[in-house]
Amino acid sequence: MASRIFGSGIKRREDPRLITGKGKFTGDIMLPHMLHMVVVRSPYAHATIKHIDVTAAAAVEGVVAVYTNADMTLANIPCAWLIPNSNLKLVPHPPLAKEKVRYVGDGVAIVLAESRDIAQDAADLVRVDYEALTAVVNPEEASMDGAPLLHVEAPNNIAFRWIASSGDAGVEKAFAEADVVVKERIVQQRLQPSSMETRAAVAQWDSGNEEMTLWVSSQNPHIARFVVSGVAGLPEHKLRVIAPEVGGGFGAKLPIYPDEVLTVWAARKLDRPVKWVESRSENYTVTTHGRDHIEYVEIAATKEGKVTALRGKVYAGMGGYLSTAAPGIPTIAHGLMYSGVYTIPNLRCESIGVFTTTTPVDAYRGAGRPEATFLVERLMDKLADKLGMDPVVLRRKNLIPPFANGYTVAMGITYDSGNYEGALAKALGIADYDQLRKEQAEARTKGRYIGIGVTTYAELCGFGPSAVAGATGFQGGLWESAIVRVSPVGKVQVLIGASPHGQGEETTFAQIISDELGFPVKDIDVIHGDTSRTPMGWGTYGSRTTAVGGAALVLAARKIKEKARAMAAHLLEAAVEDIDYDDGKFFVKGSPDKFKTIQDATLMATLAWNLPPGMEPGMEASQFYDPPNFTYPFGAHIAVVEIDPDTGKVDLKRYIAVDDCGPQINPVIVKGQVHGGLAQGIGQALCEGAVYDDNGQLLTGAMTDYAIPRADMFPQFEIDHTVTPSPHHPIGVKGIGEAGTIASTPTIYNAVIDALKPFGIESINMPLTAPRVWAAIQEARANHAIGGR
Amino acid sequence: MCPASFDYHRPASVAEAVQLLSRPGAKALAGGHSLIPAMNLRVAQPGELVDIGRLDVLRGIRVDGNRLIIGALSTHAQIAASPEVQKHCAALATACSTVGDPAVRNWGTIGGNLAHADPASDPPTVVLACDAVIHTQGENGQRAIKAADFFVDVFTVDLQPGELITSIEIPSQSHRRMAYVKLPHPASRYAVVGVCVSMHTSGGVCDQIAIAVGGATAKATRATGAQSALLGSLLEAEALEAAAIAISADIGDQAVSDIYANATYRRAMAGVLLKRAVKAL
Ligand SMILES: Cc1cc2nc3c(=O)[nH]c(=O)nc-3n(C[C@H](O)[C@H](O)[C@H](O)COP(=O)(O)OP(=O)(O)OC[C@H]3O[C@@H](n4cnc5c(N)ncnc54)[C@H](O)[C@@H]3O)c2cc1C
Repeated sequence: MASRIFGSGIKRREDPRLITGKGKFTGDIMLPHMLHMVVVRSPYAHATIKHIDVTAAAAVEGVVAVYTNADMTLANIPCAWLIPNSNLKLVPHPPLAKEKVRYVGDGVAIVLAESRDIAQDAADLVRVDYEALTAVVNPEEASMDGAPLLHVEAPNNIAFRWIASSGDAGVEKAFAEADVVVKERIVQQRLQPSSMETRAAVAQWDSGNEEMTLWVSSQNPHIARFVVSGVAGLPEHKLRVIAPEVGGGFGAKLPIYPDEVLTVWAARKLDRPVKWVESRSENYTVTTHGRDHIEYVEIAATKEGKVTALRGKVYAGMGGYLSTAAPGIPTIAHGLMYSGVYTIPNLRCESIGVFTTTTPVDAYRGAGRPEATFLVERLMDKLADKLGMDPVVLRRKNLIPPFANGYTVAMGITYDSGNYEGALAKALGIADYDQLRKEQAEARTKGRYIGIGVTTYAELCGFGPSAVAGATGFQGGLWESAIVRVSPVGKVQVLIGASPHGQGEETTFAQIISDELGFPVKDIDVIHGDTSRTPMGWGTYGSRTTAVGGAALVLAARKIKEKARAMAAHLLEAAVEDIDYDDGKFFVKGSPDKFKTIQDATLMATLAWNLPPGMEPGMEASQFYDPPNFTYPFGAHIAVVEIDPDTGKVDLKRYIAVDDCGPQINPVIVKGQVHGGLAQGIGQALCEGAVYDDNGQLLTGAMTDYAIPRADMFPQFEIDHTVTPSPHHPIGVKGIGEAGTIASTPTIYNAVIDALKPFGIESINMPLTAPRVWAAIQEARANHAIGGR
Repeated sequence: MCPASFDYHRPASVAEAVQLLSRPGAKALAGGHSLIPAMNLRVAQPGELVDIGRLDVLRGIRVDGNRLIIGALSTHAQIAASPEVQKHCAALATACSTVGDPAVRNWGTIGGNLAHADPASDPPTVVLACDAVIHTQGENGQRAIKAADFFVDVFTVDLQPGELITSIEIPSQSHRRMAYVKLPHPASRYAVVGVCVSMHTSGGVCDQIAIAVGGATAKATRATGAQSALLGSLLEAEALEAAAIAISADIGDQAVSDIYANATYRRAMAGVLLKRAVKAL
């Protein structure tokens, strides 16, 4: 067999068009008679709307219409993850605010005009009479008595309260009897997803056929169709949603927002195409943010370092409304992963979702799992410090031993496969850990502050099965689908329900088909992101596209293979059982020279002149796939940092990532995903963080204030992997989109705290900017009068 | 983002530009890297834009005797790469090489930068340390303004409406040693604090010194206390320490706080950067 296409690092096929500027994004779409929409947004975080006067705006030449809530009868924007047993408050979220605004950026009116400039000019003339109310931006404070109330339906601003526990009695007992208990208050600061392309939507109404087309920068066009049709009152089969090229989403293009719905509504109302493109400032103020937890966590252990229990209470900021998937993130995607890769027998997570007068929060790369990994990894390091034990030694005492098919943790979920020690050993080897510790000790004697952070992690991804979706209140399925359609001459169209937007599946899915069926990659097109061309799917997030959609694809390909085998057997006048296959060729066992190619079989099946009895013509297969379980990628990461005590600047010297996502379809794409993930996770640790003032104004609303990481912050990442297949996936693959983000934040954080050990510093709120680290050093020096060189 | 509508002019001479700029609501456009972001946010809504970008007389870097003359339209990148600047005002080349990112350095001009007077800008700190002179032309003729008088406050300089910066004149510092060191903001790359030192020593003794600090206060400031602490010293550790304390005091309660760094940090960093600048000489 020729060198295998599966596992080879071929270049991403989507890149040439993207890097030569030929990619077609929603913003590129221009239609005849198109109108431009601008949303008039609240400058107040919390206010009552007393009166809206649109006359001046409507009078501007070129303005076609100005609408407010009073002009429309749209349903509310729904929340789609209704966590059971959590007393979840489904508060109304009208597409345009009605009596009240609840965050800066909440929409109050829309202006439709012949050009965007005119629309913007007119938007500035919409006069809204507000009566300001008190803002509250901190979720813990918002849940206290007397805090300003956002929604009458949600007393104390509590959106939900969810508890997951391995058994409260056991947890209590473990804490009561523990030799050591270590506590931490963790602030998972709010992050602003910063995709290169902002959100955008274009809606076109075909009044003759009563059909709507919506182009939207989305991670999940089918969910968009599902929700937008419902809110806008369009029959689902009359709404076509297309996600053309999408310039990044990171979770923030998963929710359904008012803006897209308003675009659709206005296009129908005015019977003209309508375009809405978000500006960058708008993107930062209204596109969902990520994280925003205040956590009180503690861990219990024996003096030998065996962890006996972990529990936490989380105040999770939801923002002004419940965004599409928001309630699932600090709960299902977070609490169930409390024990990470460790055999912790007693676990409890209490998550309180709280409304605040801020931008709604939703998924952001990792979504819930970075927060879980952070807290357990942070507590492990703090515990190691308290026990005077090397953090690697402590981890090894508690790692789940290798398992190939199922390990059930105390929270009740069953990890698919894992070899945590394997990944850890490999990472330690690459880092030369013992030597690093020696160098660190020596550096300390010279007044240099070097720190080492080690993380072992597992994540839950490949979101499915649908039964779990249903049981956890997710208002959708979590399966995927694929159609493999072979043309008469053997060119392949792969139609998938998932909606990749930069992850590279146009390449990896072609590799899967090529590997399964022998068609050359150049003959395979992967088509996605169009509800009228592709079968139903639930979108790309939670590292699920390959883990779930890839499985559907493999099974569809295998149907093609069996049909082609039967056709080839017929042509070779042999029994199907006697036919062997290798690299696109079918032949009678033992005579590989007499063969029919898969292209031959396809042509004959399509011509259908002489089919075997009972065979349908054509060469096409369709597969729906609902996974039996999540997949659980894992790995070990190590960071080495040095801190400049004079300025507080953290210098990242080395970063080692050993990840295990099962067999790698394309190692270069895996590496790319790891690199991007690391950058985002390290960004959270070192520089990113949304800042609101007490009035609920976002102070980091521009890229000159919100610091996303830059290339010059990073050393050359040292990337490696181990391979532990998922037992339940047809080709064993897991997911790699979020791993880097999940593991890197605690790795960097622990390295920084390790570096600062001589100062006795135990925690600093992220991001660990130079001024914050410096201030912590100053405070420690003042308190302990040490390290003062 | 789209700016409010405006009229656009592209004058062929400085005189025409000045005349156009004398109209109410008119604003000069140079590299656009401060003005256009402000217009996009509609923070600035000039009714008329006067694009001075084609006025070649405002370009060029030359040496005239012991003075370095930098045309107002010189970009940060041109200044950073100029052998004349490297020789006669090395710290300005350094400062300009640390401005923003390549796009900003290739578009942004020194004239625009000084006129805009963002407190976190880099070039003003060097210009101030060198006792540069800002040459301007306005309706009422030409002026030569000392850097110390030019910077007035946050985003405020001594320019009359319609008055253009034509060039910056810097006394050659080639007989001195210079350094510019900054702590960049992680997002914008503007200076959180930037310190410029220009110094002459004979026999190890510091006999001429100029120190300016930017980013820390509303406008670039001469650190007179720190200058005194080093003048006449051998630049020994104690003198540096004293200078570091002095520069913090020079900034004093004028230090600015923002969401990234507070006043205490800025004061302390001025001292740290001063020591580093002197060591880098
Ligand atoms: C992302 C980003 C990062 C940046 N980082 C830094 C940094 O690290 N350090 C730093 O110092 N700066 C930084 N800047 C600012 C940059 O240096 C700007 O280019 C500069 O401040 C303005 O120069 P300009 O030619 O672009 O001026 P413009 O934007 O065209 O004009 C700015 C103002 O000056 C006026 N003006 C322009 N030319 C003249 C003239 N000849 N006479 C009188 N008035 C004039 C204009 O009317 C306007 O009011 C950054 C800018 C950006 C966008």
